[in-house]
Amino acid sequence: MSASAALLALALVAPRPVALWHSYRSEEAQALQSLADRFNASQDRYRLELLSIPFDAMSAKISAAIPRGHGPDLFVFAHERVGSWAPSGLLAPVAVDAARFLPGTAEAFRWEGRQLGAPLAFKTLALFFNRRLVASAPKTTDELLALGGRFADPAQGRFLLAYQSGDFYYHAAWLFGFGGSLFAPEEGGSGPRRDEAEGRAGSEGRLELDTPGAEASLAFVAKLQAEGFVPQEATSALVTELFSQGKAPFAINGPWFVGELPKDLDYGVAPLPVVSATGRPARPFLTVEGLYLSAHALEPEGAREALAFLVSDDSALLRAKVARQLVANRAAYDDPSVAKDPVLQAFRAAAALAIPMDASPRMQLVWEPGQSALRAALRGESPKVALAGADRQLRALQRPPPPRAAPWATLALVLCLAGAGLFFARRRPGTAEGGSRTAYAFVLPAALATVALVLLPILFSLGLAFFHHRADGGYDFVGLGNFADILASRGYAIIEPPSFYFTLAVTLLWTGANLVLHVGLGVALALLLHAPWLRLRGLFRVLLVVPWAVPNYLTALIWKGMFHRQYGAINGILRRLGFPAVSWFSHFATSFGADVATNVWLGFPFMMVVTLGALSTIPQELHDAATLDGATAWQRFRHVTWPLLRPALLPAVILGSVWTFNMFNIVWLVSGGEPGGTTDILISEAYRWAFARQAQYGYAAAYAAIIFVLLAAYSVGAQKLLARRESA
Amino acid sequence: MSRPSAVRHALGHAAVVAATGAALYPVLWVIKMALSPGQAFDPSPSPWPRVVSLQNFRDLWGLGGTGHLWRELGNSLIVAVATALVGLLSSATAAFAFSRLRFRGRQASLAFFLATQMFPGIMMAIPLYILLDDLRLLDSLTGLVLVYSTTSVPFCVWSLKGYLDTLPRELDEAARIDGATSWQIFWKVILPLARPALAVTALFAFLSAWNEYILAATFLGDARKYTLPVALQSYVGEYHTEWGHFAAGAIVVSIPVMLVFFALQKHLVAGLTAGGVKG
Repeated sequence: MSASAALLALALVAPRPVALWHSYRSEEAQALQSLADRFNASQDRYRLELLSIPFDAMSAKISAAIPRGHGPDLFVFAHERVGSWAPSGLLAPVAVDAARFLPGTAEAFRWEGRQLGAPLAFKTLALFFNRRLVASAPKTTDELLALGGRFADPAQGRFLLAYQSGDFYYHAAWLFGFGGSLFAPEEGGSGPRRDEAEGRAGSEGRLELDTPGAEASLAFVAKLQAEGFVPQEATSALVTELFSQGKAPFAINGPWFVGELPKDLDYGVAPLPVVSATGRPARPFLTVEGLYLSAHALEPEGAREALAFLVSDDSALLRAKVARQLVANRAAYDDPSVAKDPVLQAFRAAAALAIPMDASPRMQLVWEPGQSALRAALRGESPKVALAGADRQLRALQRPPPPRAAPWATLALVLCLAGAGLFFARRRPGTAEGGSRTAYAFVLPAALATVALVLLPILFSLGLAFFHHRADGGYDFVGLGNFADILASRGYAIIEPPSFYFTLAVTLLWTGANLVLHVGLGVALALLLHAPWLRLRGLFRVLLVVPWAVPNYLTALIWKGMFHRQYGAINGILRRLGFPAVSWFSHFATSFGADVATNVWLGFPFMMVVTLGALSTIPQELHDAATLDGATAWQRFRHVTWPLLRPALLPAVILGSVWTFNMFNIVWLVSGGEPGGTTDILISEAYRWAFARQAQYGYAAAYAAIIFVLLAAYSVGAQKLLARRESA
Repeated sequence: MSRPSAVRHALGHAAVVAATGAALYPVLWVIKMALSPGQAFDPSPSPWPRVVSLQNFRDLWGLGGTGHLWRELGNSLIVAVATALVGLLSSATAAFAFSRLRFRGRQASLAFFLATQMFPGIMMAIPLYILLDDLRLLDSLTGLVLVYSTTSVPFCVWSLKGYLDTLPRELDEAARIDGATSWQIFWKVILPLARPALAVTALFAFLSAWNEYILAATFLGDARKYTLPVALQSYVGEYHTEWGHFAAGAIVVSIPVMLVFFALQKHLVAGLTAGGVKG
């Protein structure tokens, strides 16, 4: 009787699901899964369910899902988004005993006096050294540089120190070591709303990069590169390669590096050296990964319970043992097995010197100018000039939003424009040939779906162009202010790289170059593949589609690797042919060329397939007749094939140019805008405003709207031009 | 008829071989990374692997991956095939109307389809999320199919209309005189002749769904519904990317595309046969 009652109770009280989203991989994901299993076995009220989400999509998904009630109860993310998520009400406070964690790690999740997350683990940078080449890590930069002559020989591919010298995240360690800072003290104004006791060195006041310390740090790394001590254009892959092959005795990298190194490599880890010029240690950023509780959690009680379980000292010990995670719990480091782990202990020591990344949204503004100053200095520009440029860019990015506007003026203008548009549309001849019910039935499915799922989102986004997105998630109506800012190129000279007009010119050049090469190559190859005398046609057709088939995220990065100055295959071929190596991403023309080459490679199969389809509708008799009349191959193409090809190709050409105009991920992945943002296209600006600069959706939408108008004008023009040529 | 020119044919073969070489050269690194043990993005200039191992492929089905590769492959196939079918059916009828029928709003609707392509796609994720949520289609493969097929419809409509415009009107006029309705002309006369164009359009719609991950990762909240690109993109971490797994996965993703194209390309030679126009 009692047994069946217990069974009944069990069935009635099935464990309630607690959803946790994370982007962990391999060992870290396994550690989390086994902790979830333990939690589920330890009690029967809740069932912790993990969902792995690609890191790329995580942040956007969190922002979209939580406010609409589809978010998780808990999620794992780095602390630096606290300042963006807290004001829009996505996060709920959690109880954390800060004393249990390493200094600074629990505090990283404090925002305006509330604890909005619990620390799991931290990431920072340390100095890796190869024990087969050096006995110990140098304590100062002078000691390090003194070893340069012994190890560095760039011609042989040997270096002193391998690290991503062109990445501002890595450079920040030198910047702080040389006494530089990111935030200048505010003069008398209202300071940030944060306790100084939290120890965020130099995070008060407004953003400023141009400091003597920053200048000295840039001069330092420029010298490192000029003397051949560090590799040029170092990617994370190159750093791994050089260090694990013993071609560089030292590397600066984070805890993730451990998993990339061969198991049999004998290496040690130490905190970064002291900068001899200042006597201060090089201080890298500290990023803390933590668990957040959603403000819209469906099971807040269960979520709190699971959170407490996951950040407990026992759980941390398992994470440290299974995944060698740099856990935030102090107690874990006293465990015998962790105490014996030199890597974990070295990173723990490095963390004590590290500077917690500022979590406020404005920190997002630092990366772009910081990176471009760094790259400019590495290209040989004067650090002073590079930093002055970075500060100018910072000021332009921090420009105050356009003033609020009264809606009626803008509304009236928009209505007038719409009215004028309708008036001209009505007057256009040739559209009113009487309705046909059949025709509407044929068009309806496509039109209906497109209106619902394409037009509505577009209108929604276009609407945003008239608003300013506040930090707290609200919107202010600013009328045409965003457009005025962009078109007046506020903050930049008109011909400077990030200005609207410069970027527009680059975008037009980019679209034109791609279009000519896509169509030229695509049509030429299709003609060859259509020729009846070609052997193995089926095989060649399939092989030539391969660039379209392989995910372009990977192939774009492979192209970038092929353009590497020292290790790239393209310079390898050039050298074999007796040409000097080219530094592809240091000059506009070559950097742009690299982008175009990649995109042409990715895009020609599309034009080729479209042309193949079009060619098969051209009756062979026409060719035969022309041949009988004695037409040459060129005449047959010019007067038979091309005129018949054109109508079928036209949509692909117009749409292809529209897509290329907005093809931003190739530019992003290959040149990344280098040098100095010159190869960026218009859509990159929209993307940056939306996702990299304090979520300024208003500016982003205004850019998108301008792009829309430009493309609409282009396609109307193109169609008119063609119609005239056809009727002529 | 035309005298076979041996030199020209040799040059043509040489050009095709050279182009194929250039097209495949970067892909050698994908194969190299997939076949090399370990997860490094190998920066060395040689495209040949030092050691060959199938470990990365084995991992895809096991612990290195999500352990559900077949399910993800299945989801991707369902979504991509359904996208191709839905996109093709709805756009074929529309393209036929645009090419053959005259009606009020024809130009405007054509322009509308084109205009939808001009708005940058990256700005659409959040509004689409809200819309799918309202339609209760978030977190479902149906929702993905709807989004993918509608985003590919404008190209499909325009491209098919372009092809249909090249088909001689005598064909439909003959059929109309024989008493065929518009629907019969569409289904019995035009569609069979448009096979090459349908093949191209189907491939386009299939591919636009097949490789997409950012919308899928944003909309899907249940790992059982993940498509292959979502699983693949999970190998790209914030600090560290498992390139070996990613490359092996990229090859797994690419093979069905090649099979689909191989199947479709046969139709690219069909089209108008000698008797077509004379009918």
